[in-house]
Amino acid sequence: MTDLPSHTERQLGLVIDLDTCVGCHACVVACKGWNTQSQPSPLSDQDPRGAAPSGTFLNRVHAYEVTPQTGAAQVVHFPKSCLHCADAPCVTVCPTGASFKRAEDGIVLVNESECIGCGLCAWACPYGAREMDMAEGVMKKCTLCVDRIYNETLPEQDREPACVRTCPAGARHFGDLSDPESAVSLLVEARGGMDLMPEQGTRPANKYLPPRPRDSWEGEVDLLAPWLEPVAEEPRGLLGWIDRTLARL
Amino acid sequence: MAQTERQLDTPDTQVQISDEIRKTTCYMCACRCGIDVHLKDGVPVYIEGNRDHPVNRGVLCAKGAAGLKQVTSHARLRAPLRRVGPRGSGEFEEISWDEALETAAGWLKPLRESAPERLAFFTGRDQSQSLTSWWAQQFGTPNYAAHGGFCSVNMAAAGIYTLGGSFWEFGTPDWEHAELLLLFGVAEDHDSNPIKIGLSKLKARGARVVSLNPVRSGYSAIADEWLGITPGSDGLLVLSLVHELLRAGRIDLDFLAQFTNAPVLVDCDPRSPEYGLFLRGDDGSPLVIDARTGRPAPWDGERVEPKLTGHLRRAGISHRTVMEMIAAQYMDRAYAPEAVAARVGLPPERIRWLAAEIARAAFETKLELDRPWTDFRGRQHSTMPGRPVAMHAMRGVSAHSNGFQTCRAIHLLQALLGAVETPGSFRFKPPYPKPPEAHCRPHFRAVPGQPLEGPPLGYPLGPEDLAVDAAGAPLRIDKAFSWEAPLAVHGMLHMVIANAVAADPYPIDTLFLYMSNMAWNSTMNTAGTMEMLTAQDEEGNYLIPRIIYSDAYASEMVAYADLILPDTTYLERHDCISLLDRPISEPDAAADAIRWPVVEPDRDVRPFQSVLLDLGARLGLPGMAEDGQPVYRDYADYITNHERRPGVGPLAGFRMGPHGLQDGRGTPNEAQLDSYIAAGGTHGIPVPLGAAYYKPWNRAYQDWAVEIGLLDAPAPALVQLWSEPLRRFQRAAEGQGERLPPEPLRERLAAVMTPLPVWYPPLSDTPGVEENYPLHAITQRPMAMYHSWGSQNVWLRQIHGMNPLYIPGAWWRALGLQDGDWVRVTSPHGEITAPAARMEAQSENVVWTWNAIGKRKGAWGLAPEAPEATKGVLLNHLIPEHLPSGENGASLSNSDPITGQAAWFDLRVRLERIAAPREASPGFPPLRSPVPRPD
Repeated sequence: MTDLPSHTERQLGLVIDLDTCVGCHACVVACKGWNTQSQPSPLSDQDPRGAAPSGTFLNRVHAYEVTPQTGAAQVVHFPKSCLHCADAPCVTVCPTGASFKRAEDGIVLVNESECIGCGLCAWACPYGAREMDMAEGVMKKCTLCVDRIYNETLPEQDREPACVRTCPAGARHFGDLSDPESAVSLLVEARGGMDLMPEQGTRPANKYLPPRPRDSWEGEVDLLAPWLEPVAEEPRGLLGWIDRTLARL
Repeated sequence: MAQTERQLDTPDTQVQISDEIRKTTCYMCACRCGIDVHLKDGVPVYIEGNRDHPVNRGVLCAKGAAGLKQVTSHARLRAPLRRVGPRGSGEFEEISWDEALETAAGWLKPLRESAPERLAFFTGRDQSQSLTSWWAQQFGTPNYAAHGGFCSVNMAAAGIYTLGGSFWEFGTPDWEHAELLLLFGVAEDHDSNPIKIGLSKLKARGARVVSLNPVRSGYSAIADEWLGITPGSDGLLVLSLVHELLRAGRIDLDFLAQFTNAPVLVDCDPRSPEYGLFLRGDDGSPLVIDARTGRPAPWDGERVEPKLTGHLRRAGISHRTVMEMIAAQYMDRAYAPEAVAARVGLPPERIRWLAAEIARAAFETKLELDRPWTDFRGRQHSTMPGRPVAMHAMRGVSAHSNGFQTCRAIHLLQALLGAVETPGSFRFKPPYPKPPEAHCRPHFRAVPGQPLEGPPLGYPLGPEDLAVDAAGAPLRIDKAFSWEAPLAVHGMLHMVIANAVAADPYPIDTLFLYMSNMAWNSTMNTAGTMEMLTAQDEEGNYLIPRIIYSDAYASEMVAYADLILPDTTYLERHDCISLLDRPISEPDAAADAIRWPVVEPDRDVRPFQSVLLDLGARLGLPGMAEDGQPVYRDYADYITNHERRPGVGPLAGFRMGPHGLQDGRGTPNEAQLDSYIAAGGTHGIPVPLGAAYYKPWNRAYQDWAVEIGLLDAPAPALVQLWSEPLRRFQRAAEGQGERLPPEPLRERLAAVMTPLPVWYPPLSDTPGVEENYPLHAITQRPMAMYHSWGSQNVWLRQIHGMNPLYIPGAWWRALGLQDGDWVRVTSPHGEITAPAARMEAQSENVVWTWNAIGKRKGAWGLAPEAPEATKGVLLNHLIPEHLPSGENGASLSNSDPITGQAAWFDLRVRLERIAAPREASPGFPPLRSPVPRPD
């Protein structure tokens, strides 16, 4: 099995804002587009024009309904990719060392040339964040666009993951979550960013910002927004009020 | 094991995926974002957003990023086709372009010389309408429009007639300053990326978003407050808000007096021939009472201070201000929250809450920009006071037969708050504002061998502008601008086929369509339309004798055409996103853009616009041929050299002036397209700071618009709360004036063409319908899919390959549905079967599905077993193109009676649980694909 690094110098990751994610899938396709070109083999598609199309996507968006005890049901869009865990079970389970976590930035990667496609890592990952590429027979996963973020052939402003660069709703943020003063750490602090399934003990790097409370209205009276006080109940009264108001100006 | 050397080397962090980036404009939906197309060895490999583009500022949606797969799509047509089997069979032979164009010219030339109206030219999701409209005009046929009539003409027309511009393309919420945004019936596109960017800005500032929508998907999912309204009742809700705000005096009296026609005097003597029309001065100018003198004065008189209330008797006839009419109408208890609650589907308290929320944001938030400006009356203002309530509305409001007046009601609400073109509210994008008077009227008199006198589409101001004959019969094949749809300013594509087949008002010879899937998802009564397209007379002649179609892909419509002119994809062509048409302007800049061939097509296809110019030259159309020679080499040549008016061409940037390059007006510049390419495909002309708000009334804006060629003269205009054009039609319906509607239409016209916004139930809600069909059925557009194009895209169809019917929990339980069940969906028109899915976050009597996922077998290069074809749901089968026959048996279109907008969302259905069938019904024989299908 494969060791995790005893210490990472940085822990890069994503902060995903569930309050603003509209579920548009822009990140899904940008990820597919970039990684299909940047990786040694494309992210393959099986039966792309047929009855059961199925392809490799390193990032997917799910939609869930939440039905509170009172009030209207809500929809939460939930983008999900590898969370680059500190205690990544996908790494420790790997029999060949193909799965590994980088000491320098905490990114979890797969070395495809050593991957035997056994699928143990996918079984071990509690998030379902790994994708077996059926054409290549190897496991693929989010690399945090390691081939963009350090890529000196790209303009500096583009050295961020493709999903972050494209997100129209500004719902995706990238940075060093081990630095408490980084913009992403401050965002997590300010918005109560959460770990996904903390009970799994994986200590994920990626954080989710919860949706702000919706539907504050709870029926009869809202102290913050009292009913509008009437100035008139019929047309003549309103016109009189208009004349009086304008005369005061 | 420890991290190894090999692992350290694993990623190539310096990978170069491309060797060149070409910047052009997206066409994966109607947003027109800027894109960076990465090429490697000349092949497009990756598309990302252009950071310097005004529309998307670097971001890009799923559709845009999947554009590559549109170029490599197996559904792409390969060469011109001539039909060889029966129409609808899909049997074609490939022919040369010369043969195709000579065939088309051979069909069209005799028509032009004898009866040009027998060509119906409709251009679907066309982004080159200033060219296609001009082509129709030069051909001489009035029978031209794009797809606006079945899209959102209610929104566009209500905006132009009320404000001088509408939501989306002509205006936008003030994302920088709004504190409250109301979204009415907005699904995922129109506008796609700009709305997402904007919502993100609002959220970052802590501003609030309220969504009124029957379905809580997409933008509604992230709204702070969601009001699950009953479809078709938005107008009633808005007028109830108006009632509450008037009652509470929470209205902007200053704004109403200065910038709306609330102080204009209206004839209110029912016996007067001018009843309901404005009191006008000797020069024809509507009059107000000048508060300085107490006497009548022209609305736009220098320094005039219009008075909101008051009466004036003149020649024995009494006149009141529009404000008094508003008070009289909307203070009525019929608009009280209690009175409307059941119909709207919201508790009265919720409506009151919303009114209070709006009033609080509008009047208790201090917003004032320190920008001095001068209004059209010459009055100087030291600041620009704001009103931070923004509104945006789209298809959900537009696609009802009461949509025009509902949009008018929203504009009334905006104006009462002073939330039009004020900081924080709704902002126009140049060339808007542009009131109807500044547009042309429709032109429709077909003369053999001659062009029309002007563009076929325009803005009627009264019955005298209608396209009807002396007997009141329609002169256009779609009956746009007739008494059936007087303000059908985008035409009525959805009625062309039915009317042509019925020879009502007359038969046509050639139907020429571009990029419009009328044999499937773009038509009502889909099965009936397929029959109409193949219907023959007793001698075996097709009732529509000839059909020419241009599309890039093997859509369902291809099989029903006789001649196919295959188009390129958007990466292989020139286009201009023009200020003459549907530009990409932002409130602070007039902007236009181009597409250019970032790759060459690998097959025998040609860009439609170049083909159209070629065809025009072969036909000898004025402006396209001179001395038997083509005027333009291709569309790029046209973009560069065509001048619509002296100095005004398709692109406003990099024109030639006396001292070199200049913006706006100028003579053609042969290097203009190169300049656009060098500039990233787009060019903006900034609006001066002092002209950026209060545009309709701001002298600095009006002068700037004239200077750069957007207007020929300043056109300040008041918000038309009382619409005199509408009243003119209503007056005719009351039997007044020279041109009167046919008797059977008078009652309906009198009821709907009210000068103040009104709500009436959807027209197909006839007695008994609600009892038998208790559910409303609508569609929402998925964010990762646009119209029918998306399903051929091998990435996007993995995201949206299925579109079950979403059913609310109470109905799910009442029907005893289980996962895996299907339902039979029955409307007054027909029935379909659909896979059922449960969803709680939607209004209680609403079912819905994603738009345009369902496909016909054999189309779009998909396998016949594709889920789009075997389980896809197409609500179009349930929607008739005609209203139920009235007492007089007249067949009126299922459309808004004012604008002719297709009333897609008036659909009502009932459900029954059924066991899962093998495939969805109705089923149709597979089309023979003109492109290879997967095995």
